Amino acid sequence: MPAERKVCLSGSGLTKVFGFGRRKTVAVDHVDFSFYEGELVSIVGESGSGKTTFAKMLLGLLKPTEGEIYFQGKKRDISTQKKRKEYWKNIQAIFQDPYSSYNIFRKIDTVLLDCIHMRGGRGLPRAKKLEMMEEACSFVNLKFEELTNKYPFELSGGQMQRLMIARVFLLKPKILLADEPTSMIDACSRATILDELMQLRDEIGMTIIFITHDIGLAYYVSDTVYIMERGRFVEHGSADEVILRPKGAYTRRLISDVPKIYEEWDLSTV
Amino acid sequence: MRHTIQQVFRSGKFVVGFFILVAMLLIVIVYPLIVTYPPLQIISQGTFFPPGIYVNVYDSIGSTRYTLNLENAAANRIASKLSNNDRHAMKDWLVAAGIPENEIDINDTEQLLGLWKGNYDPRVNIAGMTNAQRNYYIRLNNSLQGLLSTEAVIIAARNADIGALQEAGVINPSDYVNVNQVPNVRVLPLGTNSFGRDVLTELVKATAVSLQIGFVAGTIATLIGLTLGLLAGYIGGLVDDIIMFFTNLFTVIPTIVLLILISFSIGQEKRGAFTIAVVIGFTSWVWTARAVRAQVISLRNRDHVNLSKLSGHSVAHIILTDILPYIASYVVMALILQISTAILAEAGLSILGLGPKTTEVPTLGLMLNWALIYQAPILGKWWAYLPVILTIVLVTFSMNLMNTGLDQVFNPTLRE
Ligand SMILES: Nc1ncnc2c1ncn2[C@@H]1O[C@H](COP(=O)(O)OP(=O)(O)O)[C@@H](O)[C@H]1O
Ligand SMILES: [Mg+2]
Repeated sequence: MPAERKVCLSGSGLTKVFGFGRRKTVAVDHVDFSFYEGELVSIVGESGSGKTTFAKMLLGLLKPTEGEIYFQGKKRDISTQKKRKEYWKNIQAIFQDPYSSYNIFRKIDTVLLDCIHMRGGRGLPRAKKLEMMEEACSFVNLKFEELTNKYPFELSGGQMQRLMIARVFLLKPKILLADEPTSMIDACSRATILDELMQLRDEIGMTIIFITHDIGLAYYVSDTVYIMERGRFVEHGSADEVILRPKGAYTRRLISDVPKIYEEWDLSTV
Repeated sequence: MRHTIQQVFRSGKFVVGFFILVAMLLIVIVYPLIVTYPPLQIISQGTFFPPGIYVNVYDSIGSTRYTLNLENAAANRIASKLSNNDRHAMKDWLVAAGIPENEIDINDTEQLLGLWKGNYDPRVNIAGMTNAQRNYYIRLNNSLQGLLSTEAVIIAARNADIGALQEAGVINPSDYVNVNQVPNVRVLPLGTNSFGRDVLTELVKATAVSLQIGFVAGTIATLIGLTLGLLAGYIGGLVDDIIMFFTNLFTVIPTIVLLILISFSIGQEKRGAFTIAVVIGFTSWVWTARAVRAQVISLRNRDHVNLSKLSGHSVAHIILTDILPYIASYVVMALILQISTAILAEAGLSILGLGPKTTEVPTLGLMLNWALIYQAPILGKWWAYLPVILTIVLVTFSMNLMNTGLDQVFNPTLRE
C-alpha cells in the first residue's frame, strides 16, 4: 500500500432504489466509501446484496437515486457524452458474465481497436495498431493471430475474460472495476485470470475494485475489504483487520462458509 | 450471418412460403413480357364472358376446312343444346299436356324431340305454370329448331353490285378448322369481368400493384416503427414519454377507422396507388414501434451495451451496432407481417370504395370491389372474384408461413 494515501474515488450517501410501491427494492442503501489510489479494494457480499448495482453506479452506467460520487476529489460530472467519455478513460470494468459482455456481431479485432481509438490512437498507422493489439494479447497469453477475424463467442469463457483484461491493458485506466470476473468460468482458468489481473495492476498501477462473494478470495487479493449486506457496508478496513478480527455476525458467517481461510492460500483451489 | 440464413432456409415452413412468394413475383414479372396487352383494355362487348378459348368465327370460315368423321360429333352437338335439365323439363311439359309418362324416354333424343314437335304449342296454357316458365319453354323450343338436321349450312355474302346474297361456301356438320390456322384466337383463361377486361391479365397487374403497395406501406411502417421504437426504448425519459403518447394515441383509434377517414378526406381524385400505400404505411407503424421498444428496453441494460458505452461509443453507434443487429431478425419478421397486413388493408379499403382511383391501375382490392358492385357473386360469375380472393389468400398465406418459419428459427422454444 502506498505511503501517501490519496483518495481516488469516494462517495457519500450513495443510494439506488429500483421500482416503487410494493415492488420497491433498495439495492444500495446510503453507502459511504473512500477508495485510495493504487489499492485493491474488495467488495464482499452475498448474491443480491447490491454489489453489481453499486459497481454500475461507480461506472456511471446507472444513475444513483441519491448521493454523490467524487472522482479525484471533485464531484463527478458525467452530464454530457463528452464528459462521460472522458470519465470512462479513467474507469473501466470487467463484467461477471463474459458470455454476455461482448457484442456477438463484432469481431475481436474491433473490440481491441475501439480501445486504441479511445486512447486517441485513431490516426496511428495500421502496423502500430497491430503491434499494440499483439502486445495486449500476449500480455494475457492469447495469440493475436488466432483471434483476428474471430468472434468473441468462438472463445471459451476464460479466454473471453482474458480478452477483457487485454482491453484494460490497452486502455490503461486509473480505476478498474472487476465484478466477480471469475465466478462464471471454469475453475482451471480462475487462477490464471487472477494472476493476470495482479500483473496488470503492477504494470499500470491502477486502483482495482474487486467485487466477489468469496471472502477467502478477497482475503487473498486485497488491501482493503468492504463487507456489503443488503445494500449497506456493514464493515470495512484492511483485509487482515476485517477478516481475521471480524466484528459483525454477517462477516463471521461469510468467513465460516470458507473452510480454509487461515491457511496459506493455494492458487490451484481458487 | 451466413449461418443464420442457412438455418432459415432449412425451415420447411419458411421455404414453402418463400417459394410461393417468389413464384408469384416471377409470374408478375414474366407474364407482362409474354402477354403484352394493356391490362385495363376493354376487349369484350358485354360483361363477364366465361373463361375459355375464343376463336374468331369470321376467320374460321375463311380458314382451310378439314373433314373429320368423328363418332360422337352429333351427340356432342345435341348435348350442348339439350341438357339433362332441359330433357326433364320437356318431359314435365309433355306429361302436363297429357302424354302418358311411360311413353316418354328422356334418354332417347329422337323420340323425345318427335313427341315435342308433335305436341308443343306455346299457346297452350298449363295450370300452375309461371310466366318465367312459359318463357323458358319458348326459348327452349327455339333452340331445338334444326337440332337433328344433318344438312349443310350455306354461307352467303352480299354482292356489292347488285345487293343480292350470293352463295360463298357450304359448311358441313363434319367440317373442322385447325385453331392454329385461325388468325384470331384469344385465350381468356379467366374470362372477362364487369368492364369487359381480360381478368387474368388484369389480375397479374393487380397483384403486382398490390405487392408494390404492400412493400411501400410495409417499408414505411417498419421504418417509422423501428426508428420510434429504437429512440423511445434506448433514450427513454422525455423522448420515450412523447413517442409513447403518440403511439398510444394511434393505438386507441383503430387503424382501419383512421385509414377510412384519411382516405375519405383525400378524395377520390387524388388517391393513387402510391398515396394509398403511404397512407397505410403512416397509420400502421404503431405495432412495430411498441414491439421494437419492448425489445430495446430488454437490451439496453445488457453488458455488451455497457461495454460499448465504456468504449466511448456514441448513442447513434450503440443503437446501430449494439441494439439493431440484435433485433434484426425481429424487424424482418415485422416487415413481412406489415407487408401482408398492408395488402389486406388496401383490399379492405378498396372493397369499401376508398381504394386507389379506379381509372389508372387495378389492385386486388379494386378487382374485388368491381366484382361486388357488378354482383358477380350473385350472378355466379366466379372467375371475376374467386381468383382474386385466391391470390390475396396465397400472398398473405405465403408471408405468414415465412414468418412462422422465421419465428421457429429465431425462437427455438417454439420448435416442435
Ligand atoms: N434493474 C433492476 N431492476 C430492479 N431490481 C434490480 C435491478 N438490478 C438489481 N436489482 C435488485 O437489486 C438487488 C441487488 O442486485 P445486484 O446489485 O445485482 O446484487 P449482486 O450483484 O450483489 O448479486 C437485488 O435484489 C436485485 O433483485
Ligand atoms: Mg452481481
